[in-house]
Amino acid sequence: MLEARHLSVSIPTEDGTIHAVQDVSFSVEAGGLFGIAGESGSGKSVMMQAILGLLPFADVTGEVIFEGRNLLTLPPRQLQKLRGARIGMIFQDPLSSLHPYYSIGAQITEAIHAHEKVSPQAARARAVDMLTKVGIGNAAERFDSFPHQYSGGMRQRVMIAMALVLNPPLIIADEPTTALDVTVQAQIVALLDQMRKELGTTVVMITHDLGLLSNVADQVMVMYAGNRMEFGSSAAVFHAPSHPYTAGLLASSPSNYAAGEELVAIPGRPPSLLHMPAGCAFAVRCAYAMPKCATQRPPLRRFSDGVESLCWLEAPVEPIHAERAAVSGRNADATAPVVLKVDNVELSFATGGFFSKAGKYEVLKGIDIELRRGETLGLVGESGCGKSTLARVIAGLIPATSGSVLLDGKDMATLDHAGWKEMRKRVQLVFQDPFGSLNPRRRVGAIIGDPFRLHQVASGADRKWRVQDLMETVGLNPEHYNRFPSEFSGGQRQRIGIARALALNPALIIFDEPVSALDVSIQAQVLNLMRSLQQELGLTYLFISHDLAVVRQVCDRIAVMNKGKIVELAEAEAIYTDPQNDYTRTLLAASVVPPPQKGRGTRQLVETIWGAPA
Amino acid sequence: MIRFLAGRVAFAALILLVLSTFVFFLFFVAPGDPARMVAGDKATEAQLIQIRANLGLDRPIHEQYINFIGKAVRGDLGFSYRNQQPVISLIANRLPATLSLVAGGVILWLAVGIPIGIMSARHPGGFRDRLGQGFILIGLSFPTFVLGMMSLYVFYFLPRQAGFTLFPAGGFKAFWPNPAIWAWHMALPWATLALTTAAVYARLTRGQMLEVMGEDYIRTARAKGLSETKVVFKHGLRATLTPLVTQLGADIALLLGGAIVIEQVYGLQGVGALAVQAVNNQDRPIIIGVVLLGGFFIVLSNIIVDILYVLLDPRVR
Repeated sequence: MLEARHLSVSIPTEDGTIHAVQDVSFSVEAGGLFGIAGESGSGKSVMMQAILGLLPFADVTGEVIFEGRNLLTLPPRQLQKLRGARIGMIFQDPLSSLHPYYSIGAQITEAIHAHEKVSPQAARARAVDMLTKVGIGNAAERFDSFPHQYSGGMRQRVMIAMALVLNPPLIIADEPTTALDVTVQAQIVALLDQMRKELGTTVVMITHDLGLLSNVADQVMVMYAGNRMEFGSSAAVFHAPSHPYTAGLLASSPSNYAAGEELVAIPGRPPSLLHMPAGCAFAVRCAYAMPKCATQRPPLRRFSDGVESLCWLEAPVEPIHAERAAVSGRNADATAPVVLKVDNVELSFATGGFFSKAGKYEVLKGIDIELRRGETLGLVGESGCGKSTLARVIAGLIPATSGSVLLDGKDMATLDHAGWKEMRKRVQLVFQDPFGSLNPRRRVGAIIGDPFRLHQVASGADRKWRVQDLMETVGLNPEHYNRFPSEFSGGQRQRIGIARALALNPALIIFDEPVSALDVSIQAQVLNLMRSLQQELGLTYLFISHDLAVVRQVCDRIAVMNKGKIVELAEAEAIYTDPQNDYTRTLLAASVVPPPQKGRGTRQLVETIWGAPA
Repeated sequence: MIRFLAGRVAFAALILLVLSTFVFFLFFVAPGDPARMVAGDKATEAQLIQIRANLGLDRPIHEQYINFIGKAVRGDLGFSYRNQQPVISLIANRLPATLSLVAGGVILWLAVGIPIGIMSARHPGGFRDRLGQGFILIGLSFPTFVLGMMSLYVFYFLPRQAGFTLFPAGGFKAFWPNPAIWAWHMALPWATLALTTAAVYARLTRGQMLEVMGEDYIRTARAKGLSETKVVFKHGLRATLTPLVTQLGADIALLLGGAIVIEQVYGLQGVGALAVQAVNNQDRPIIIGVVLLGGFFIVLSNIIVDILYVLLDPRVR
């Protein structure tokens, strides 16, 4: 269906040339679901967009054959005719990918009119038909709605309808579910799968979510730093990964662990794509690295079950799981003092303005939580359920409409100015987006030192010494004291956020989706750091997340939140093994988990194909 | 929608009331004797008293204020101190010149600025972008009056010396009966106004366009297989219109209140020229009238921009 040979993509920038994709070959079989997995910056999206001519400034070499023609040498007009008609695309964020000013229907019929001469009525009828197929009820009426009037899942259905309406033989889905809630994710994946079977469409799915791929993909290609690390059938790759990177990724995924276990993280961070190492791109982070890995380009090995791996290793790697650390003890202690008591907290906003009728919008509807010292409570729910709002109420940033929040036994509503300032030392927040939550124009030392400065705890050399101590604690190099946030990677920035939160030795740290913006290998590093800090310093955490696997891994107890209420609150394991609430069951059923690795398998090395010159 | 409009109109009226109050008291506390201005230097004390009584200047300030507002609501802004003509008709006489200048200028600067902005944004860093950026820099840094003087020198003075008339030196000719004469007289003022303002719009369009062309929905449009023309104009330009409309509303309103420099350079008897004369003569009723006119255009343009927003952006509906 689609065959790429020795495909390389480089993008010239002001800082130098980014080698986004290097010498990647693959072939997509008709009718199958071809998965491309990799972390951010692995080149997976760039590669597919470059093939379709969506990156005008990229320098693309190699060969990509589709329907007997090389896409890379096709004139732009010819490629434009292929896009949409023969190759459909679905993108990650359906809100930003739909034009906000045009109606859903107009955007779909536009695609039809671009390729076929049909009457507006005929185009409309086809669009309505397709919308109905992808599960939009009342499609004829909703045809003229605008994207902002749809929910996230519905928008992604619209994107799918738009991609399918011309019935192209190939669909490229670029992280089609990443921006959606878990329950919606499952629906969208099921829809894609159903459409693929009904219409016989071939799907290339790009994702960082290995669990998802292992469930639906026929073939998988794992990419890292622009290189194709491993390629083979989904079953073979996920059950017995040949490449240490694939194995490491699977091992970092918290869903393969029991609660409280130390995760096996991949150390370090992905290389800069500006200066590629002479040898293997993964060598510096690889547990199996040999001296020659750093200097010589690894060979391409093919195994008996068709798996291909870009690595010096001649046998599949040992499952990393066997060597994992022993289960550490729970932190919960039923006799420890209560740090936080949230009692029947409600929050509502007044709606309506000067000229319209006043109303009330309830965000929190009677929340009760108790948190003891040294404990981690997980707060799970889908977007819009009120979990982040609850975090802000607990942190004292929004006053509750009714009910009380007691921190260290003191009611937040009754605090005077001095008391409030004292309370601000006791509760700290770590935010989701490590890029947006650090001021890019301030030095890291100043950011971490802020709590000391604001509360007049330490100044001058004393402050600097304390900040560097904190940086050491969270695993940052203290010599980077004077650097700016932009010089740090996502995982390191999250460490900066944690260091700042730790500064005043708070009674409670609220983590609001602390790892959801991070890649899975980095995520494991941060989760491990949070765990070890808690054990060393006896910290109390409130951990907010939409990701059940992550929450289970780090939390003692879990509260499941839905529509402003806590629908279930129980011990972490109990939630998973014996959920009581329907909503909890729905959430659990919706999350896809990569299969556990089964071990070496029976695969043998068949041949070594030396990689073409870089 | 109707409720929204009614609210906006009520708010606009409130703003105009506050503005007129402010202007009224500002001129009341300002130094200078209006009666002396009306009567001239040779007037006797008795004449001055008579004039004050006629103008109502001898009554307490709050009475004068109520009187002023009451008349203003009915469209009576009083009489010029200088020539005793009604302020309303004085302004009405001056509006055609200003309206002509603004109408032609707007069309010209949009026709020049937006294409240059698009061209610049379509090829960032390239030759056409640098060309566009050069235009923007020159346009922004050229003072209007310098450009006006220069164009007069080149298009009027030099041809005159050579013995023919390419463009007139200025002055305003009514649109009717001969639009060609009207346009001929307006050509240089339009060009001068448009060239400097077009730079602002080119810069705005370029910036917006660069941002929009990086949006995900542009990628979607390309992935659908739309032609580049459609991608740029239907999807790209459409999204850049909103900030342009905001800027345009403010610019038009400001200019309608009097394009002082250009009217002076080209001898156009517009609202701006009237304002300058009134300030020089300390002719308070006219000054108040011109300020209110400017305020009126600004609140009006704000309402129009709000309505356009609703039409342009479905998310606001």
